[in-house]
Amino acid sequence: MTGPSPLAHAGHPADGPSWFPLLPVVLLAGGYLLAAARDPRGWDHRRTAAWLVGCALLAVAVGPLAQLPDDPRGHMAQHLLLGMVAPLGLVLGAPVTLLLRVSPPPVRRAVGRLLRARGAHLIAHPVPAALLSTGGLALVLLTPLYAAAERQPVLHHALHLHYVAAGYLFAWSLAGPDPAPRRPGLAVRVGALLGAAAGHAVLAKYLYAHAGSLPPGLTDRDPEAFRAAAQLMYYGGDLAELLLATALFAAWYNRPAHRRTPGAGATPAPADPASRRS
Amino acid sequence: MVTDFPLSNARTADTRSSTLAGVLIGIAVMAAVDEIVFHQLLAWHHFYDRSTPSVALLSDGLLHAAELIILVGGFFWFADLRRRRALSTRLAWGGFLLGAGGFQLFDGLVDHKVLRVHQIRYGVHLVPYDVVWNVAGAVLLLAGAAVVWWARSRDPRDGSR
Repeated sequence: MTGPSPLAHAGHPADGPSWFPLLPVVLLAGGYLLAAARDPRGWDHRRTAAWLVGCALLAVAVGPLAQLPDDPRGHMAQHLLLGMVAPLGLVLGAPVTLLLRVSPPPVRRAVGRLLRARGAHLIAHPVPAALLSTGGLALVLLTPLYAAAERQPVLHHALHLHYVAAGYLFAWSLAGPDPAPRRPGLAVRVGALLGAAAGHAVLAKYLYAHAGSLPPGLTDRDPEAFRAAAQLMYYGGDLAELLLATALFAAWYNRPAHRRTPGAGATPAPADPASRRS
Repeated sequence: MVTDFPLSNARTADTRSSTLAGVLIGIAVMAAVDEIVFHQLLAWHHFYDRSTPSVALLSDGLLHAAELIILVGGFFWFADLRRRRALSTRLAWGGFLLGAGGFQLFDGLVDHKVLRVHQIRYGVHLVPYDVVWNVAGAVLLLAGAAVVWWARSRDPRDGSR
């Protein structure tokens, strides 16, 4: 039992609930809905649903979960939602495609230039994206960064933003329906997912094994709570991996007919309307 | 245009892919049974038993991550073969048994004995458990080999690829 901690970070009931992180989430959902309504060709409702599910999960993570008393399990649940599950919903919402459809030509040209930039190809490659996502988490758990984020609300929010951004990048590089110039082949993407998921699982067991001393720099610690958080991380990571793998292989399954194995001439037209990239 | 008559299916069946897709699903299903029955329901295995060396922890993490990917990938490959009418169901079943038995044996010999990631059960005399575990794996493996051999010999045209 930790009891009331003087180091409880901002955003806790003691200093009044802080709901301001919900504002960007509401803006994301609202902006997308406006754009979808303006799409002249009619926007696929399943994409809208995926985006809204992603936004709802973000809202749960930064709203109700952030109001809970300071607890490693709550932090872990936030990390799982922000960094792994919610970004997949956002990626499946294909926001860049929607933007390209409703924006005027200058914006479209700018987006095109951005997508063709060398830097974008580098960080949107699944391997750097996996390093940013799982590696960032390792950095938080294995260094005093965790303890520092407990004390400084700005760092705390910046970390959450990093989780979402890195998770989005990783999900997009693996399975995003949005345009991704020079996306590597299936083998590289499956390998990156394997590496990230294995790293996540090993990190979870390592945290479990060393809950007495990790993350470093905490003044009061409850090893039992960190062990529970590590188990949540392990099984939550499995769920996220399962969802990502499904999205990745579903994208492969729905690949355009001309890219299927030679001899696929006999392939019946897929009955599944999801195969059409809106 | 290749015709869609049922007779032509056997001729276009992709022998190798059908077997391998079955093997993948077999591995993943056996891994899931291990995870769900022995870890979760019986709680015979431990989540982490503190005796695990760090190299084994790494291999365990990779294996665990691979299982889920294999499960999903195996089923999508299976669905793709079916859609292309290139699936041989018998070979897929044979592959399934091969994969399930192979994983069981691998888990019993490499994970439990060589790497010592964990044991089947704790606080009991292990030999009977190990024998039952590995013999069951060997029986599944042999049954799979028999089904694959039988399926290939039934239709020699399949054997060419």
